[in-house]
Amino acid sequence: MFKILSISARNLLRYHRRTFLTGLLITMGVMSVLLFISLSSSFKAMMIGQITDSMLGHVQVHARGYVASLDNLPLNLMLKSDESQKVENQLTDMAAIEAWSRRIKFGAMFSNFNETTNIRLNGVYPDREAATCPQLSGRVVKGELGDSLLERGTILVPELIATGMNIKVGDTIVLVATNQDGAVNGQTFVVKAILEGISGPGGRDGYVHIEDARALLRLGSESVSEYAIRLKEADNVPQLVKQLNDAIGGVQADDGKPAFEIHGWKQLTPFSSIASMIDMLTVFVQVMLVAIVLISIMNVMIMAVYERMREIGTLAAIGTSPGRILSMFLGEGLILGAGGSLIGVILSLGIIKLLQIYPLGFSFGRQDDLLLTPMIEVSDIFNITLLVILMAVLASLQPAWKASRMDPVVALRAV
Amino acid sequence: MSLVVAASLKKSYQSGDIIVNAIREVDFTIESASFVSFVGPSGSGKSTLLNLIGCLDRPTSGMLKVLDQDVQELDRTQAATFRGEHIGFVFQDFNLVPVLSVYENIEYPLLMVKKTTANERKDRVERVLEAVGMADQAYKRPDQLSGGQKQRVAVARALVTNAKLVLADEPTANLDHDTAYRIIDLMKSMRDEFSTTFVFSTHDPKVMGEAETVYTLEDGLLHREEQTHV
Repeated sequence: MFKILSISARNLLRYHRRTFLTGLLITMGVMSVLLFISLSSSFKAMMIGQITDSMLGHVQVHARGYVASLDNLPLNLMLKSDESQKVENQLTDMAAIEAWSRRIKFGAMFSNFNETTNIRLNGVYPDREAATCPQLSGRVVKGELGDSLLERGTILVPELIATGMNIKVGDTIVLVATNQDGAVNGQTFVVKAILEGISGPGGRDGYVHIEDARALLRLGSESVSEYAIRLKEADNVPQLVKQLNDAIGGVQADDGKPAFEIHGWKQLTPFSSIASMIDMLTVFVQVMLVAIVLISIMNVMIMAVYERMREIGTLAAIGTSPGRILSMFLGEGLILGAGGSLIGVILSLGIIKLLQIYPLGFSFGRQDDLLLTPMIEVSDIFNITLLVILMAVLASLQPAWKASRMDPVVALRAV
Repeated sequence: MSLVVAASLKKSYQSGDIIVNAIREVDFTIESASFVSFVGPSGSGKSTLLNLIGCLDRPTSGMLKVLDQDVQELDRTQAATFRGEHIGFVFQDFNLVPVLSVYENIEYPLLMVKKTTANERKDRVERVLEAVGMADQAYKRPDQLSGGQKQRVAVARALVTNAKLVLADEPTANLDHDTAYRIIDLMKSMRDEFSTTFVFSTHDPKVMGEAETVYTLEDGLLHREEQTHV
């Protein structure tokens, strides 16, 4: 085997310019794919992390029909106290869950005493919300949170509204909300901090203490419009959704229909479509790489077979079996693929390291100056390398087969 | 003992719409350790006959036995194995593998075809290198050798497997006269040393004079002639 590979390597070096150009093409292809994967998956991971860790959590539980009406923030689709209790009993028992947070979502009029605007709000328990969405505190652009995300009587105001209405930390504002009976109620709040707006649903919501929300909306102490759940492992969303469905999916509301709906984060944010598109692009780029490897190596190997016909005839004449002739040409493809991949991987890792030291800045939605620090998984490197090597061998197969099946008499007659 | 026996051997092939009868029902035998030449003008069928004896090609009809093996019975892989075991080849254009050194070219059949041990390979390669007078050129590449030296290496490669039969198709055609004679002398001395049967084709009258048995081929028909050398 070693001798066959040694002969294959020498044959490649014999046409060093052609080998160099083909190898360069494979190296560039591998580099492009690995860099694309590292940048796109880092972007995806960053955006998903931002959405799940600062807004959505990984899984949410609502009363049936709530998500379809999410834009209206309906107060008549709240979970009842017995339903809330059933959900919380399950959440407390599940080992895969790291934290969960009760939320009351509602809309209100926001006034700075001079102007009024609409605001979407989340009433939360500060400690639970901070544990479920650990990056929420990282979105504070003005103000200090101290030990707790919120205290009773304070509000976290989204940056867009704060800027538009010239609100500063420490200012007093008024929230006026209509409760589910149609009665209007108002309450003053002190602005504790201003939150950076981020892309996605809920990215421009304000936060108040859940008890303040209940008081403002005159709701009972067990009212909840949503449960946000954070998992220990973000990849376990489908399993947890299934587990929850198995546990509480059968609970029926008064009308005999299921009481709950359970969604993973992908069903709650349009960014999941962008993430899917990124995955599709990654597959497309990999297909391009496969095409590059297949075409370039097949081209080189076909040329090699035609140029070395007499040599093939000689090897066959002196008794080399068709299998060994096949192996010699497959060996050339293998070395080209493996060599090109290896150099491509080394260069890619170098560039990725460089980009980790000097991260790329970019804008997404209303967010500017985001820094993208590319990362690559070992499994991605392994998969791409394996793919290229397999394709290289596959591309060599037809020319190698042709060489091995060549009639020695015809081959020896070749000029 | 007859090494090669042919009876009513015929080879024809299609060239466009025409069927060419390259070999027309010939009979011949080649004895062990003999030095035989097939002579004739270009296109007379010399190479075709050597290809048939070397199991590179299959007869259209008739019987051909090489070392008691009916060549018609061999499939492609069996024929390759048979060649590797028993037959050596020397070509007009030397046909050395350009990426291998002289030593590696000679070692190649032992390593890739016969799978002999490293020690045995070393012994046999060094022995034939010495025999053909190329021991001091062992690590040169073919492109660093003269035509005569290349053909010596080709003869060594043919002999290294202890082949019973060496087939040489116009082995001197690309060599000057002096070198051609030296190669023929070398082949003869190798026949004497290793008891190998040498069968070569040529159209050079002076070279054919060196053979002990000469078969003349003309339009696919064969005439035998014995020669006596002083």
